[in-house]
Order: sequence, then C-alpha cells, then structure tokens
Amino acid sequence: MNHAITLTVNGVVREVTVPGRRLLSDCLRHDLGLTGTHVGCEHGVCGACTVLLDGEPVRSCLTFAVTVDGHEITTVEGLASGGGLSPVQRAFSECHGLQCGFCTPGFLCTVTAFLRENPAPDHEEVVEAISGNLCRCTGYQNIVKAVHRAAEIQAEEAG
Amino acid sequence: MKPPPFDYHGPVTLDEALGVLAETGPDGKVLAGGQSLIPLLNMRLAAPAHLVDINRLPGLDTIEAGPGGVRVGALARHAAVERSAAAAAVQPLLGQALRLVAHPVIRNRGTVVGSLVHADPSAEMPAVLALLGGSVRLARRGGEREVPAEEFFTGPMESALLPGEMAVSAFFPALPGRSGTAFRELARRHGDYAMAGVAAAVTLDDDFRIAAARVACVSVGPVPVVVDVTAACGPRPAASVDWDAVAAAVLDRIEPEADIHATAEYRRHLTGVLAVRALRDAAREASEDPEASDASDASEASEASEGEEGA
Amino acid sequence: MTTKLFGEPVRRREDARLVTGQGRYLDDHGRDALAAAFVRSPHAHARILDVDVSDAVDVDGLVAIYTWEDLPGALAEPLPLLIPHPALTHGRTAYPLAREVVRHVGEPVVMVVARDRYLAEDACALIRVDYEILKPVVGVEEAAQGVHLVHDDVPGNVGANLVQEVPSPSGLSAREAIEAAPHTLAFRLDIERSASTPLEGRGVYARWDADDESLRVYSSTQTSTSVRMAIATKLGLPLPKVEVIAPDVGGGFGVKIVHPWPEEVLVPWAARLLGREVKWTEDRREHFVSSAHERGQVQYVRVGFDDDGRLLGLDVTILHDHGAYTPYGIIVPIITSTQLLGPYKVGAYRVEFSSIYTNTVQVTPYRGAGRPQGVFCMERTIDRIAAFLGRDRTEVRALNFIQPGEFPYDQGLTFQDGRPLIYDSGDYPESLRMLKELIGWDAFPEARARAAAEGRRIGIGIGCYVEGTGVGPYEGGHVQITSDGRVHVSTGLTSQGQGHETVFAQIAATELGVPIEKVSVVTGDTRRFGYAVGTFASRAAVMSGSAIALACRKVREKALRIAADALEADPRDLEISDGLVHVVGTPSASIPLATVAVLSNPLRYAFDEETQRATQFAGSSSPDRPPVSEGDEPGLEGRDYYSPVRSTFASGMHAAVVETDPETAEIKILRYAVVHDCGRLINPMIVEGQIHGGVAQGVGGALYEKMVYDEHGQLLNASFMDFLMPYATEVPRIETAHLETPSPLNPLGIKGAGEAGVIPVSAVIAAAVEDAEGIVVDRMPISPSDLHALRQARDAGITPGAP
Repeated sequence: MNHAITLTVNGVVREVTVPGRRLLSDCLRHDLGLTGTHVGCEHGVCGACTVLLDGEPVRSCLTFAVTVDGHEITTVEGLASGGGLSPVQRAFSECHGLQCGFCTPGFLCTVTAFLRENPAPDHEEVVEAISGNLCRCTGYQNIVKAVHRAAEIQAEEAG
Repeated sequence: MKPPPFDYHGPVTLDEALGVLAETGPDGKVLAGGQSLIPLLNMRLAAPAHLVDINRLPGLDTIEAGPGGVRVGALARHAAVERSAAAAAVQPLLGQALRLVAHPVIRNRGTVVGSLVHADPSAEMPAVLALLGGSVRLARRGGEREVPAEEFFTGPMESALLPGEMAVSAFFPALPGRSGTAFRELARRHGDYAMAGVAAAVTLDDDFRIAAARVACVSVGPVPVVVDVTAACGPRPAASVDWDAVAAAVLDRIEPEADIHATAEYRRHLTGVLAVRALRDAAREASEDPEASDASDASEASEASEGEEGA
Repeated sequence: MTTKLFGEPVRRREDARLVTGQGRYLDDHGRDALAAAFVRSPHAHARILDVDVSDAVDVDGLVAIYTWEDLPGALAEPLPLLIPHPALTHGRTAYPLAREVVRHVGEPVVMVVARDRYLAEDACALIRVDYEILKPVVGVEEAAQGVHLVHDDVPGNVGANLVQEVPSPSGLSAREAIEAAPHTLAFRLDIERSASTPLEGRGVYARWDADDESLRVYSSTQTSTSVRMAIATKLGLPLPKVEVIAPDVGGGFGVKIVHPWPEEVLVPWAARLLGREVKWTEDRREHFVSSAHERGQVQYVRVGFDDDGRLLGLDVTILHDHGAYTPYGIIVPIITSTQLLGPYKVGAYRVEFSSIYTNTVQVTPYRGAGRPQGVFCMERTIDRIAAFLGRDRTEVRALNFIQPGEFPYDQGLTFQDGRPLIYDSGDYPESLRMLKELIGWDAFPEARARAAAEGRRIGIGIGCYVEGTGVGPYEGGHVQITSDGRVHVSTGLTSQGQGHETVFAQIAATELGVPIEKVSVVTGDTRRFGYAVGTFASRAAVMSGSAIALACRKVREKALRIAADALEADPRDLEISDGLVHVVGTPSASIPLATVAVLSNPLRYAFDEETQRATQFAGSSSPDRPPVSEGDEPGLEGRDYYSPVRSTFASGMHAAVVETDPETAEIKILRYAVVHDCGRLINPMIVEGQIHGGVAQGVGGALYEKMVYDEHGQLLNASFMDFLMPYATEVPRIETAHLETPSPLNPLGIKGAGEAGVIPVSAVIAAAVEDAEGIVVDRMPISPSDLHALRQARDAGITPGAP
C-alpha cells in the first residue's frame, strides 16, 4: 500500500507517494532526486546516509520515509545558505577533509549539528562526534582538523 | 538490502496501536526508533507482515524522574535520556551506560525501551535494567502489566513481550544514599557491542563499608547476568576488599561463548577485570555520594555524577 | 616549469561539487532505469540442480529473469583471464552467471531485472535454487593438501607455482648460503584476509540507444577503457559503438581494477536486450561476498646471517590463498615475492609461491597488492635476527641497506610488469635517520622505563618498504586550448578520490603557463580518451601525469611557433605566463593563448569577434602557403603518451609506539611516524592525505580487519557490524616527514604515492606489540583476544612460530 506524505526538505515542501517500506535514503535519492545523500551500508554502521531530521542527525537508511511524514529534513544539498559554502563545507575543502567524497555528506551533516550544540569542542569531543561515520580514504586526521577549522570559521563569522 | 514488503500502520493513539497489535497478533511488530529493527529488515532477517509505527503516539517520549527512580517512555530516545539532568540525578547509571550505546547519531533515534525489548544480551540497557531490578510496562488492548527485569529477559533477543503487547515504558529504580554506579566495557571499536562489559552498583553503610554490591555482565550469557557480590565484598571498605575473590564470584556465574571477536576464555578473563574496575569505580562514586539522592538534589547530584564520569 | 603550481598544496577543485552533494556517483545516474539484483549462492561449493522461478514471475514490476542458459555467444563463456602468466598453468575464471557449479558463497546464479531494487529483491527471494552440496575447500593449508578440489581439473588446487632465485655475489644458491651461514633461523608467518572495502560498492548503469545501435555504460571502475573493450568483446559490438564512463567513484583501493565483473557485462547485455536502461548498484552484503578479497598468506621463512646481522641468504615459501578464481592472474603473489626484499641486499634469495584455490571469494589486488605481506615477512625476519643477536633493530636494518651510491640497483628478479626489478633511486640511510629522529628512537628506552615505573607497557616498532610504482605499459594525455583560452585536459585512466583533477591541472598549468582556473580535466571517459590502462599500482601521477606533461609540451611548442609568426619573433625568445605568450624581456610584445588558439585553426566561418581573426579574408595567413602547413594539424592541441622502460621505486619507513594493557590486552597506538619518499611532490597536501588514508587502512589490517570463514565456507562477518573498519576513534594521529629523491625515469621526477601508507603497517604494529610484550608476534591482525591467548601460551611455556 502506498502512502502520500509531505516532507519539508531543505526548506521546500515536497509531496511524494511511497510504499511503507521505502527507506528515507531511497526516498530522498530516487523519489526526490536529491542524490547527495549516499548509501554505504544500509545497516546503520557507516553513516554516509546521515541527514538532519528536525535538525538532529539520523541515519536515513534506518528510517522509513513514511515515519517522518510532516517533518523537516536537511540534506547535504541544503547545508549552505545562499550561493556559497557553509563553514563546515568550506573547512572540509580547506583542510583536505575528503578524498573520494562518498562519506562526506554524512560527515558534513553530523558535524553541522554537532557544532551547533558545541561550537568550541576539544579534540576528544570532535573524535567522539564523528565516531559513527566511516571514511575509507582520509584516515580521519584531516576531518578532525576540518571540524576544528569549521568551529573557527563559525566563531570568526559570529564575532 | 531492501526491506521486504509489509503492511504499514501509523496509529495516532495508543488505543489504536494496541488495537492493531491485537488484531495482527504474532504478525505485528512495533517500530519505535528502528535502529535495531530496520537493519534486520534491510537484511531480510526479519519479515513481519505488519509494522506498527508508534512514532506518532503522543505522550510516550517522557522521562519522569522521581525519588524512587526514572520512568522512561517508549519514545524517549537514547540521546534524550542521556542528556536528562533529572534522570542523571536520580539514576546516574543511565547516562553512564548510554554513553556506551553505539554512536551519537544512533542514539538520536534509538529508544531505551526499544533496546530493552530487543533484548540483546550484548547491549547495555538490558544490563542496566537487570542490575537495578527495574521493570518494563507492557500494554495490550484492555490492560497492562509490569514485568520485572528478571522475568522480562528470557533469552538472547527474547523477552516476555507477548503477541499483541507493546512496551510503553520502563522503570529504572533509584539506589539508596551512599550508592555509586559504573559501567565498564571493552568493545573492539568504540561504539561496537562489547566483548565483555560490567555494570556495577555499590551501596556503602554509614562507616563507608560495602553494604551491597551487584554487577550485571553483558555478552557472557543468553541474558544479562546479575551477580550479587555483597558477600564477597563486605562488609569492609573498598580499599580492603579482596577483589580477586570478588571477580571469582562473578566468573562462577557466567557462561561466555566464543565468537569471531573473542574467545570464551578471553571474555571470561575480561569480565573479571572489568567487574573489579566497575566495582571499584562504583565504590568510589558511592563514597562521594550525598546522603540521599532524592529528586530535589537533581542539579547538584547531576554535576557530581558528571564529575565522576571522567574517572 | 614556469609557475609555482607544481609542488604547491593547491586546494582540490573536486571539492566544490563533492561537499555540496553535487558529485555524480554511479547510483546517482539513471533515476528511471530498471534495477537488477542477483540470486547468489548460499553455499561455498555446490552443484546447481534446478532453478525454479515460478513463484517469482508474479512479482509486481518484474521484467526479466536470466540464468546461464539464457546467455548468448561469448557471454556464456568464462570471464577473461586478464593477466596470463606461464606459471599460471591452471588459471580459472567464473562464468557471468554460474554454470552447473558454484564455488563460493556469493557467486551469482540468477539475474533479476525489475522496476526497482525492492521489487527485484522480492523476486530474488522467491526464486528457489536446488543445490547438491559439494565438499567445500577452506583454508589455504587444507586446500594445499588437495584432498578435495575446488576445480575438478586443477590437481592439488594449485593454480600456479613460481620460483625465483638470485644467487649470492659469490655464486651460492640461497639454500647453500643459508647452510653455510654462521646463524640460521626458520619460522612461519600468517597474514589473514582483508579487503579494499570502498564506501561505495561496485555498480553498472547501461543505456542502449536503439537508433544509433550504441551502448553507453557507466561503471564504478578503475579502468573504463578496459571495461569498454571487454563489453565490446563479450557483446560482439564494434568498439566505437561502446562508450564507458567512470563517473565520480566512491573509492576503489584495487577491487575496482578487476573487470569485467559479471555485472559489467550482464547489465549492458540486458539493457540492449530489453531496450531499457538497466542499473545495478551493489549493496554492502553483496560487496563482501561477491567482489574480491586480499592479503591471506602463509609464509615459511629460512634465513642465514652473520654475527653482525648481515643477511647471507633468504628462502621463503609462500602459500597464497587465491580464492575460487584467478581473473587477475598471479599479480599479488608476484608482488609479494619480489617486493619482499625492500631496501635490503639479502645475499642469495629464493622465493617460491603456490597459488592455491579455495572455495572463498576470489583474491585480487587491494591497496598495497601483496606488498604488506612481503614487508611483514622481511621486517619480521630482520627483527628476529636483531633479537637473536641482541642488536638494535635499526642497526641491523642499516647494515643491510642498499646504499645511495648503488642505484640503479638490480635485485635480479622479474617484477609484476614482466620487467627486471631494478630500483631507480632512493636514500634509505637518510630515510632511517629521519625516522629515528621523528619518533625519538634512541630515547625510547627511557620512555619505556618511565612507563614501566607507572605500571604501563609500551613498545616501539619499525618497518621499511620499497614500492614499485608507475607500472606500464603506458598512459596518454590529450591537451586542447580552445579559442576562449581554456585548457581541456583528458586522460584515460580513472579517479577514485586521489585528486587527479587537481594534480593534473597543476601539471598542465605549470607546463603551459596558464592560470589553473583555465584548466579543466576529464578522466576515465572513453568518449574523451580511448587509450588507457587504468588506475592501480600507484601509477596515475607517474603515468598520466607524465603523459599530460609531454602533451602540454607539444602544445606549448606549437603555441610558441604560431605566436612567433604573429609576433614576428624567434620562438626561442618566447615564454608563456598567465596565459600570455610574450617576448622575454618585452612584456608588451605579447599575444594571448586564446588568440593563438584562434590562429591555429584557419576558419571559413566566424562565430564571434575572436574567431573572425582566423577567417579567410582576415589576412592572418600568407596567401603563398596552404592554410594548414604540410605535416601540421588545425587546432592548438596535442596528444602524447608516456611508456616507461620499467617501474619507478618509491620507499618509506614507518615507526609506531604502542601501549598494551597488562590486564585487558587492549592495544593502543600512542604514536605513528612516517618518512615517505615518492620523488618530487606535485601536491604535498594530497600526498599527505594519501599517506593518512593508507596508514588508516594499515591500522585496520593490523588490529581490526579480517575475513572470517567457517569450515563450510561461510563468511561470518559480512557486514560493517563485524568487519571492523576503523572509525576516527581507532586511527592514531600520523606524523609525517618527506624525503624527495627524484626518479630519473620520467620527465617530472615523480614516483607513485597512492598505496605507500598501508604497506608496512602490520609489520610495524607487530614489532611494537612484540617489543611491548616480549612475545613473538607472527600472525596479523592481532586483537586483544589474540594477545591474551599469546600471553597465556607464553605463561604455559608454548613457543609460537615454529615452522
């Protein structure tokens, strides 16, 4: 049976009809054409599919689209406001925090929410915050650096 | 890796949900946070005919901390309970254990009650409930029952939940004054299920001697293994406890099995090491615990327990 | 080199699209394509008796179901054996869909095409395959007994056996030299399986154009040109009617160099047959059981040495677990057996490997490609010699190093490219000096003593490697400057996150003297460049980088010639900077490259003001000469190829300090130091990133990752829950230092950097744990449970490592 649902994705109201079993990741990617959210394991371990649900990072591969009917979703496509890059996106680029880029959207969403809660984290907090996201390319060192740099950019822009 | 087809139900009241569960019986499965269930669905290791999504039900995301303990509703996410200062003040073990559950993003969605119903003997929350002697409230159409932890966990991934029932809340009792708790575990990677883990609760008497001490061990049996080690510990101050004897008392009670990450022998050894570490931490926390842990001290107690967590 | 771009940490131009979700990976294409899914064997070894699809045909949205019987012509034959070798006497490859027998869990048996992947999986679940279970062959030593066979016609399960021997300087064979040596040691080493495990699995998307009778295929591959040839061959299509594009690829690490995968020929075939777009996106579980693994080896070592620790002879016998098939030939064990020698002179050397079939997933290169095993063998050997003699481990290494004055140094072996193993350049003593300084080797005893006083156990380990990079046969580059002044660079090899768009643009901008913003780079698209080999063996920068540099030089020469005409100057007096060709010392006498591009292409028709200058009445060409001179071509473009005589040899040394918990046996890496020499650095930021990622994979292989098969051939940890790739919490901070000994073999003096980080890590961690514990470590990876078992064996008086 199909369900008509309404999601607010990156600030845009989207109506879509999905079967009950449609994963939010597939709904975003294939029904709404927002392919920036990536699918790396479909069992909740890699974190590549992480999106913001009402502002909180969640695994879109472990969420049914129909469950979040009426809620707000932010994907990597919606992290930047205006034409430029968000501080987190800029920091990842500046610090070489990505290589193949496949895991990156999940990191970006996770880190965006983390820095909102904790704008000046220490090293341990940063590592803990990203500890649920797998990256096979970077060895994480530059990702950690990028999170600190993003915090710096945000502070500069706020200050 | 896509879920098999099922009939999706999105009830908006508890009565409606219980009605669907009553009608679907063994074919119905409750979806709360989904962080354990959806991986099983995606791998097609589970194929319920009916999925009852309770995420729209009002009033189930509650965390009620009172002098006697903390009642956690079926939609209270791990993260919410972890962050609750009121819950931490009454029962600090909740936060201590929740920090070890998977990763922060999983905790944003996963629920404490869901973790209990999943009844994984390697998971932290069943051990916490078992250690504290808590209970799970199960509702069905036309009634409900409160099942104590020792009856709730019936086997690996098996609980006392019957077809047609839904877990609506769990109760984690407070400990008396001069009590301390700790959770120590070792996982292969940070956030993985533990190879072994021990939750400990220690209560001291007025002379700071150990009056009660219990541990709950994960990953070493079909259900969380609770061992009362009061006799092995006391009544004497923590500093003069014969910890080897305490560890031996714990090891007598566990039956670890080998898997690809650890031999049975290693799990046994590790459980002994972690039991001693957890009990020592809990005893130290108990020695710094205020006289009474009622809810009016919530904020102070919360800070005290936060301070302890680094130990 | 006219600008500073070469050697600078230029930020990646890939990032803008990748951080905004605008990358286009395989599954981001073909939103309306049909989805393919596969019924895969649940058994390690079985005969297919019957396939019953009757329940599946009713699935809503089902389009087609195929088994081997449906496959026509060449598609029904086994997949190609990509790299034949005389020693591979019994090479075997799989059919695209299993024919009669399945030989590992995960082998594809039935292909299903449906409206979407959910429905395709529904149909798969309803297809019943009856099997007669055959005896599975699991474990390389059991397989080598040859009691049960993976392939009926491969006796002893031996696919290949290869011996290479190099006599000592005085003419002794390795075995003679070892017999005659003052000291000998013999032991056994084990390395378990791991796998590339990119975050994006494999995937194929095919579009058949019925009007044009042509096929466009997107594949998440490390070699689009070769996939193209394979598809054309298997489907009987003319090569120009097939185009293959590697879009953004979410990591490769070796597994995607294998081709054609069954799905890479089946999906295009189905797309053509059905006249519909078809896509298959591998899921994580499929990736574990149906792609490829690596690393698994058992090594038997004998070594002879003198009182100082000088190597006199080394004799290594390797059992290489090749899994069920050998599509990639015996490249992995060849690399192990040759690169094992590292930076050392071993006296006499004998190495023999047997490539053994087992009923497990096939083994093909994973980053490092056999080198981690070889380095593990050599470095463990040297550590044992040092322990035996009571000498410092770095002293024994230094004693055996090839010296800077000895290059080119011929190790006397045949390498993976069929060419002699001759090291082109390096400076191993300096590398060791830098590493010792970086990690504080000489001061470590005090650190150990301080830790011990606190009840802590720490240990230090070191590992050295030499890595043949940039193997041939060739790569090419095409460079075109268009009349808008933009520079379009293309090369055939592919990218999986290495930053090729950036480094190739750096090379082109430097060579041509143009701003990097003017340069665009396309890789892995056969529509743009049809001749290529692929991205593997740390070869992209060396091969395509060199080819692009050479192509740029052609273009530059032509630009100078045309500009010289226009400026009435001598080409030798011209230089290009910031996109302007100008007379040296006379900046006012200049002409933009855009104009040169216009002039290079005599036109009849103008389409903007700029191009009017090249039309026939503009007076820009002499009426006495043909508009295009004899031997010349229109356009400001050039194509060139780089084909080196042999590989160039990068090197490096790593050291680590670990702490082991005396009670829980946890192993924590406290420090990790890397000295790395890949010749001249094009972009140090990117090279560092490659090292970090390599080390992280090495840490995975040393402490966390293994493929666990049970006796039935079931992979017990086919998920990210149980195959333990490290998170940020498991990877230490990596300290790096660079040494640059340029390669004399290529125009840029560069060596490959992609794989280096991973190579010595298992050796280094094993050495450090051994040092902390005083227990011989001869098997990797090592877990806390393993270390606990080693402690217990030590306490029980059992000595590990007896051969």
